[in-house]
Amino acid sequence: MNLKELTHREVRMCEGHRLCAGCAEPIIARQVLMATDKPVVVANATGCFEVSTSIYPFSSWEVPWIHTAFENAPATMSGVEAAYNALRRQGKLDQEIKFLAFGGDGATYDIGFQSLSGAIERGHDFLYVCFNNEAYMNTGIQRSGATQKGASTTTCPAGSCIPGKREFPKDMTKIIIAHDLPYAAQASPHNWKDLVGKSRKGFDIPGPAFINVISPCPRGWRHDGSQTIALSRLAVETCIWPLYEFEAGTWTLTGESLRIAEGSKEKKPVADWLNSQGRFKHLMKGKFTSVADEIQQNVDQKWDQLIKLCEM
Amino acid sequence: MSKPLAVNGDTAIAMAWRQINPDVVAAYPITPQTIIVESFSDFVHDGIVDTEYVCAESEHSALSICIGASAAGARVATATASAGLAFMWEVLYIASSMRTPIVMAIANRTLSGPINIHCDHSDAMGARDSGWVQIFGENVQEAYDNTLIAFRVAEHMKVRLPTITCIDGFIITHALERFEPLDDDEVKKFVGPYQAIRPLLDLKNPTTYGPIALPDYYYEIKYQLAVAMENVFEVTRDIMAEYAKLSGRQYDLVEGYRTEDAEYVVVAMGSTSGTLRYVVDQMREQGHKVGTVKIRLFRPFPSDDIAAMLKGKKAVAVMDRAMSPGTGGALYSDIVQSLYSMEGAPKVTNYIYGLGGRDVMPEQLEGVFEEIMAGKGDRINYMGVRK
Repeated sequence: MNLKELTHREVRMCEGHRLCAGCAEPIIARQVLMATDKPVVVANATGCFEVSTSIYPFSSWEVPWIHTAFENAPATMSGVEAAYNALRRQGKLDQEIKFLAFGGDGATYDIGFQSLSGAIERGHDFLYVCFNNEAYMNTGIQRSGATQKGASTTTCPAGSCIPGKREFPKDMTKIIIAHDLPYAAQASPHNWKDLVGKSRKGFDIPGPAFINVISPCPRGWRHDGSQTIALSRLAVETCIWPLYEFEAGTWTLTGESLRIAEGSKEKKPVADWLNSQGRFKHLMKGKFTSVADEIQQNVDQKWDQLIKLCEM
Repeated sequence: MSKPLAVNGDTAIAMAWRQINPDVVAAYPITPQTIIVESFSDFVHDGIVDTEYVCAESEHSALSICIGASAAGARVATATASAGLAFMWEVLYIASSMRTPIVMAIANRTLSGPINIHCDHSDAMGARDSGWVQIFGENVQEAYDNTLIAFRVAEHMKVRLPTITCIDGFIITHALERFEPLDDDEVKKFVGPYQAIRPLLDLKNPTTYGPIALPDYYYEIKYQLAVAMENVFEVTRDIMAEYAKLSGRQYDLVEGYRTEDAEYVVVAMGSTSGTLRYVVDQMREQGHKVGTVKIRLFRPFPSDDIAAMLKGKKAVAVMDRAMSPGTGGALYSDIVQSLYSMEGAPKVTNYIYGLGGRDVMPEQLEGVFEEIMAGKGDRINYMGVRK
């Protein structure tokens, strides 16, 4: 797999959508959609990605695509896959189809968590990709279960008493892995080879697969739109967002995270991450700097745990 | 025609599903609907049907699965009740807007709180404006017959709307009654093969399902729903006529009993209609000119049929087994608006009754007739409540 080869793949989600300049979501989506030669049917949770690619009577979708509501993309996909199985069994369909669901962190970590958990437990054969931009961006940057501690959002603003979000994010990838599903991974759009490779596995391995992808949001994170890929790289380099996969019960670090664990790449301080975005600005000086220290401690602790899980 | 059986309403619905053999069924168990999904699970696990049966983790997901499956090109059925239907509420509107002809059985049960598992129509009333066709059945036979008819109505090319068939929780869902199923072949022929329109799984014609429609298009999409609902009247009548030839049972959207020369009429839906016919017979013996009307099709509401049936009556009582606190019952509003433009329209009063499974006794219904015959009764009355 090389870049040249990927650029010749059929366009499944076309240009002209209304996502913001610098949004990571279409970059991630296009990488995921390049990862299989088989026909793909897409289900989408409500969110930025859904509203921006399907404004009636226009559509960015060159492949079959369905959206029903916010919290039920995995259930909707379950139904499509169930119909596919029924019609295949009756000989009414003969082509192999891959099923892909997209949701933001709101749809994945919070309101749609039950639907996702149920679909994975039932073993539907589909790949679920989470665009994790760490807040409800579509409704105007409100906190989610994925929002980092200390981040300022419109429902947990950096106030004079409370410095942004009080809690650490839930570790959704680990929660999904606790379902003992065939395949799960964390990925980042800066490392296209890693993301496309993981997506290919997610499509090819029978049964449910889950990939959680960090998705910088210039509006919500308060960074320049030109820095999206640089920031997604920095998330990995600071171990805020380690790249790893869980396949057949085995945890494996990948990409830059593997090199950091092996000692061939520097682990950057979390302060670099916090400094790069306006949403953490209030943690860098004054009375709330201790929160920045807490985040560093938390990242270190989780990184050490992950290294142990990966038996490094 | 198969030989008569004694089964409960839930089992009769599961039997109809077995004969129809839907491509996909997705459901979540809730009392008093559970027997439907349990019986159907037996058919699936014994290989009697080849349905893809998805045990969802909630009703919200169950209906979402149904929408996905229907959009994909499958014939789909589901069942729920009470809180389950309430939990589906958001997705009900999406199913109708997406024109997915899902058929759903409702075992009518009240809504919490207080929590209560028994019959009233609060659940169905919550789905009233969701764009689903709603058909009410009175007994086990109708639970079965309405199910077969519902698939034809929902899937009709002039309709393509999801359709609910209601039966009263416990009273019909769990009570054994004599009923006559059709032969499997007859059902297969009557319901016919499923025809999908632009299915999602048609890879040659990739379709975007469920796009965002802003103020420039949303309204037209909803108008199309209203037009499709208008078509339901004629389509349902035709299908019922066809069904009568097959089964010998002739149904109508609205059915009157001894109404022709009646001066006083009580209107109801569901199992209470049977009790009302008994009461009418008793009172006729005493020389009272009374009759009763059963509403079978609740959405769309057959206002013209009702107006024709109630024209010239002295007084009408509308029995609502649900209420909108502060204004009475939904059926009452529908009946009043059906009669409003009629010259010399009968006086119409409303009786809320049977909430949370409160027993409905013939003497009480006789009392309703006596009140309207005496010109008594408030605009909204609460039958049998301890005040």
